[in-house]
Amino acid sequence: MALGENTDRYPVRSGERPFEWWDLSNIPAQYWIVGAFLIILPLFASDFVLFQIFGWAFILGMIALSLMFLAGYGGMVSLVQLTVAGVAAYMTAIFGSSAVDTISLGWSWWLTIPIALVIAVIFGTISGALAVRTEGIYTIMITLAIAAAFFYFTRQNYTLFNGFSGFNQVLPPEIFGVNWRSPVAFYYLALFWAFAAYLLVLYVARAPFGLALQGIRDNPRRMAALGFNVTAHRIAAYAFASLIAGIGGILNVWLNGQISPGAISVGPAIDILVIAVVGGIAHPIGPFIGALIFVILRTFALDVLVSVGLAGERFNLLIGIGFLVIVFWSSDGVLGLWKRWRENAGKRDPLTGRPTDGGAG
Amino acid sequence: MAIPGVGQRLSTTGTGNALELRGVSRMFGALAALSDITMTVNPGERRAVLGSNGAGKTTLFNCITGDFLPTSGTIRLFGEDVTVFPVHERIRRGLRRTYQISLLFGGLSVIDNIYLACRGVSRGRFSFIRPTRRDALMHSAEELTNAVHLTDARNTKVGELSYGQQRQLEIALALAGAPRFILFDEPAAGLSPTERRELIEILTNLPSHMGFIIIEHDMDVALRVAESVTMMHNGRIFKEGSPEEIEDDPEVQELYLGGGHG
Repeated sequence: MALGENTDRYPVRSGERPFEWWDLSNIPAQYWIVGAFLIILPLFASDFVLFQIFGWAFILGMIALSLMFLAGYGGMVSLVQLTVAGVAAYMTAIFGSSAVDTISLGWSWWLTIPIALVIAVIFGTISGALAVRTEGIYTIMITLAIAAAFFYFTRQNYTLFNGFSGFNQVLPPEIFGVNWRSPVAFYYLALFWAFAAYLLVLYVARAPFGLALQGIRDNPRRMAALGFNVTAHRIAAYAFASLIAGIGGILNVWLNGQISPGAISVGPAIDILVIAVVGGIAHPIGPFIGALIFVILRTFALDVLVSVGLAGERFNLLIGIGFLVIVFWSSDGVLGLWKRWRENAGKRDPLTGRPTDGGAG
Repeated sequence: MAIPGVGQRLSTTGTGNALELRGVSRMFGALAALSDITMTVNPGERRAVLGSNGAGKTTLFNCITGDFLPTSGTIRLFGEDVTVFPVHERIRRGLRRTYQISLLFGGLSVIDNIYLACRGVSRGRFSFIRPTRRDALMHSAEELTNAVHLTDARNTKVGELSYGQQRQLEIALALAGAPRFILFDEPAAGLSPTERRELIEILTNLPSHMGFIIIEHDMDVALRVAESVTMMHNGRIFKEGSPEEIEDDPEVQELYLGGGHG
């Protein structure tokens, strides 16, 4: 059995480049299984599971992925990622069509989407430019302040953002004659973009841009002494993350059919942080794991609570306890638990259970 | 005064002295870490800076690289006034430095550290395209890895390297690109006798156009690799001269070498 071979291949960590990146044999078997499962899922899953569980998890995963990129590779914890997604969502509603036709311009999708993404990237880049000169808790505070300010602005501004009620009937366009809001079509749409964003982050992490960002995370002073403009590099990281968050935001407004200030308030912004941390910010797969856990808890915690006689609104209690447990047991999220479990399993002789030495290099 | 411009970046020719400091001072509150330092280093010159702890040697390096701006005075690098330049602009003009306490990227491998150093002083710092094996910078990173005897540790994460290997990597990072002038901050500190010999070999084998300043407590290392010596004391330049002159100077022996060096 090819078990030994498999453990050799699995840790494709930074620095180890046993294969070129396009070599498909580089991909461990688990990834093929998960990929195949996600592709054939619509054959047996209900519309509810496809649309409300997986569709939503992919979207939240993408927004959390943009945070993972900044926090995991750049050491910058940004609470503004959901707001960037919200900007893209609002712009989709404003430039495209919605039920609020006094504001919505009704432009076609091939104009609306690029404009929404460009504005979201500009917004994210400016937020980044304000945040990057600070470190640690101050970055969190500045990005939180921007998120809160944008939330209150959209709630109070009626001429552009339609205030409290926001926009409804924001639907995906019919391209290629497909109704992209039908559960199966939307599932594949979200899967495609989530997968594309995942691959992009994975690729960029080992490209000069991503490597330099990790260098800046580890040691900004030394990076400057190697000729890198640390501030410009950090701002560029925000711009890149904003693009991913923006795509997530557009998909999100299509999923819900609406966007209103409540969707981008401080609570949901912190949910994104929780998702990224619970999943793990060491690898781009973490945010998607976190998002799936979050969506499942969010969807079913209510039923579980009601069945044991508690009020359904207390689902946040379950999420909070889950968050505490995971952070307490594994500061690097579910991903960290999984990695340690694998390392322990790999280092032990399957017969005797005794630790073996490292494995063949 | 030359204006920072694209044409001058990464150029390897320049006029004037490698390094020229005029009346450089640096205050920390009321404490004068450096006062009125004036020194000139010729292109290709190898200079040792000696002095007791707190003499201002590392502060001098920090002012030259731009980690701190001097409180007063001017700094010229190959004739160009770089006094207020940010660090990365000075590095792109051919200045390099190593740190007394290794400042490396612990989460990355040896080759990635060196590759980043090569990338930092060339175009494509923001590139989204991964390097291939034929990549010219990757090639020079590999050569540099061999040059500092880290070939076997190529893929090791820096956090897992031995202390001596980290010091070697520290030097490799300073040699990346086309350095014209290097500041070595106590490169031999904590090295074993064998590692010291390797270090001396690396330093003496540097191309002759590559000048450097070395801060070193180990006189065997300092006096073997340097052609001239600057003694510092309490933030001031105390003596300048050839290694022999400095070693024989009674005042210097009194102040720094003490009786221990015989």
